[in-house]
Amino acid sequence: MSDHQHIKLPEGSIGKTTTTLNLGPTHPATHGVFQNIMELDGERIVKTEPTVGYIHRAFEKIAERRPLYQITTLTDRLNYCSSPINNMGWHLTCEKLLGVKTPKRVDYLRVIIMELARISDHLICNSIVGVDTGAYTGFLYVMQYRELIYEIYEEVCGSRLTTNMGRIGGFERNFSDAAFQKLERFLREYPKVQKELENLFTRNRIFMDRTRGTGAISAERALNYSFTGPNLRAAGVDYDVRVHSPYSSYEDFDFIIPVGTTGDNYDRFQVRNEEIWQSLSIIRQAYEKVQSFKGTEAEVYHADAPEYYLPEKKDVYTKMEALIYHFKIVMGETEIPVGEVYNSVEGGNGELGFYLVSDGGRTPFRLHFRRPCFIYYQAYPEIVKGSMLSDAIITLSSLNLIAGEMDG
Amino acid sequence: MTNDFIKEKLKGKFGDLLTEWSEPYGMLTVTVPREMNLKVLNFLYDEPELAFRFLTDLTGAHYPDRVGEELSVIYHLHNLTENTRMRVKLFAPVAQPDVYTATGLFSGANWMERETYDFFGVNFLGHPDLRRVLNVDEMDYFPLRKEFPLEDQSRIDKDDEMFGR
Repeated sequence: MSDHQHIKLPEGSIGKTTTTLNLGPTHPATHGVFQNIMELDGERIVKTEPTVGYIHRAFEKIAERRPLYQITTLTDRLNYCSSPINNMGWHLTCEKLLGVKTPKRVDYLRVIIMELARISDHLICNSIVGVDTGAYTGFLYVMQYRELIYEIYEEVCGSRLTTNMGRIGGFERNFSDAAFQKLERFLREYPKVQKELENLFTRNRIFMDRTRGTGAISAERALNYSFTGPNLRAAGVDYDVRVHSPYSSYEDFDFIIPVGTTGDNYDRFQVRNEEIWQSLSIIRQAYEKVQSFKGTEAEVYHADAPEYYLPEKKDVYTKMEALIYHFKIVMGETEIPVGEVYNSVEGGNGELGFYLVSDGGRTPFRLHFRRPCFIYYQAYPEIVKGSMLSDAIITLSSLNLIAGEMDG
Repeated sequence: MTNDFIKEKLKGKFGDLLTEWSEPYGMLTVTVPREMNLKVLNFLYDEPELAFRFLTDLTGAHYPDRVGEELSVIYHLHNLTENTRMRVKLFAPVAQPDVYTATGLFSGANWMERETYDFFGVNFLGHPDLRRVLNVDEMDYFPLRKEFPLEDQSRIDKDDEMFGR
């Protein structure tokens, strides 16, 4: 045997007592393109280093060359589990900048759509937590009702996942009767399904053992990490943009903000469940308000903002003003007023903010999306440090990380 | 808490060092000298009557027309108990964009500053891990700066019969 060592090992690898594990970027349990390089001691995580940006699409740069209405399609692709919220958030930001006042009926219709989107976002997240703890049934079961929500989107705007819903000032058309019928069906049937989903998990011994006490973050740390949304509320801070800075007439609705105490996976699950119930209640209230509009008021589905709201096609062919505005809007030749505006909405994952700077040109000078996922994912190494690898997987899904939103 | 109250407080502490006061769409906005950013953020954080302890957003912008102070860093702060928001800005020269990091105050500033570095090249002094976050590590430019325009839609050098540009 020769004295030479033929295989060259990296420095320090002989005495190393931990294992390096590459989790992702296409691991099935990471629900998207997330990569974590973990340092493991047995099954415990000593250190993890997340790599992000696998699906970065430079939306902020692209937006600098697009007229306002074309940016809606970019917002779809942020949090694609609840794209209508992103669309509405963008429209609300533009309306704030342009000073467009929307009619009440538009606000209520938007609330219905946004709360439906929140339900679909939360039910995916919660049932995925179920999948990661070993219960696939719930996930498959609620998919039927996500499908129903998507059918409602389809009735309203024609598409399902990347909705591109609405315009600056309102919706592209009035809600059809079929949309309301489907909404009624959803309100009638979904509570039972949600109850069953909760029956399956809430007091399930295995589920509780897997989720309680794992993936916890204190309220103080969560605030310092700029957490928002259900993840912050699970830690016990009742911050909700819908209540703190109401938009789209949320002040007209009666609902509570559920909060947790420990900020662990179980609390996040419970907070999302309760938010689904609250959303159902908001939708019922909004639907009642929408139904209370009679006569011509019941036909209102957009604000009077001819410079930004694309006119109806039949008007384009018959009226001169409509033709001019149609041309100017489609060609992106409408000048945006100079201004600097920050507007936020309560997205599925937290405060979704839009920081829009306009220098008076036809496109934004600078547009920044405050993407809640990106901001709270940086706390992941701290949250999972010292926990088991299998708990880290549940934490990843219960934080509800959406790669599209994170990478922007 | 009113914007005037915050303004008085800040003026009482820092005097004329803070400039460009404005209130676009109701949000108090102020520009601080770039070497003073931590002092102002600390004051806003610690002062019990102000208590801006939540960093909503941190981002950058590039203004090529502001010669000598082209790059901007924008902080959106939130006092959650009083529910008041405000915006703090600073400007730094693109030739040497050194700005003190806010990571000591807000853990959440870590990736937001990395993102700002990634896209604008703002050099956050004292940042624990200032690397690119969304773009590839090999990238040698800062893509959101204005000297990198997207393709001009009106260019005529392309021969495209179908879409006739």
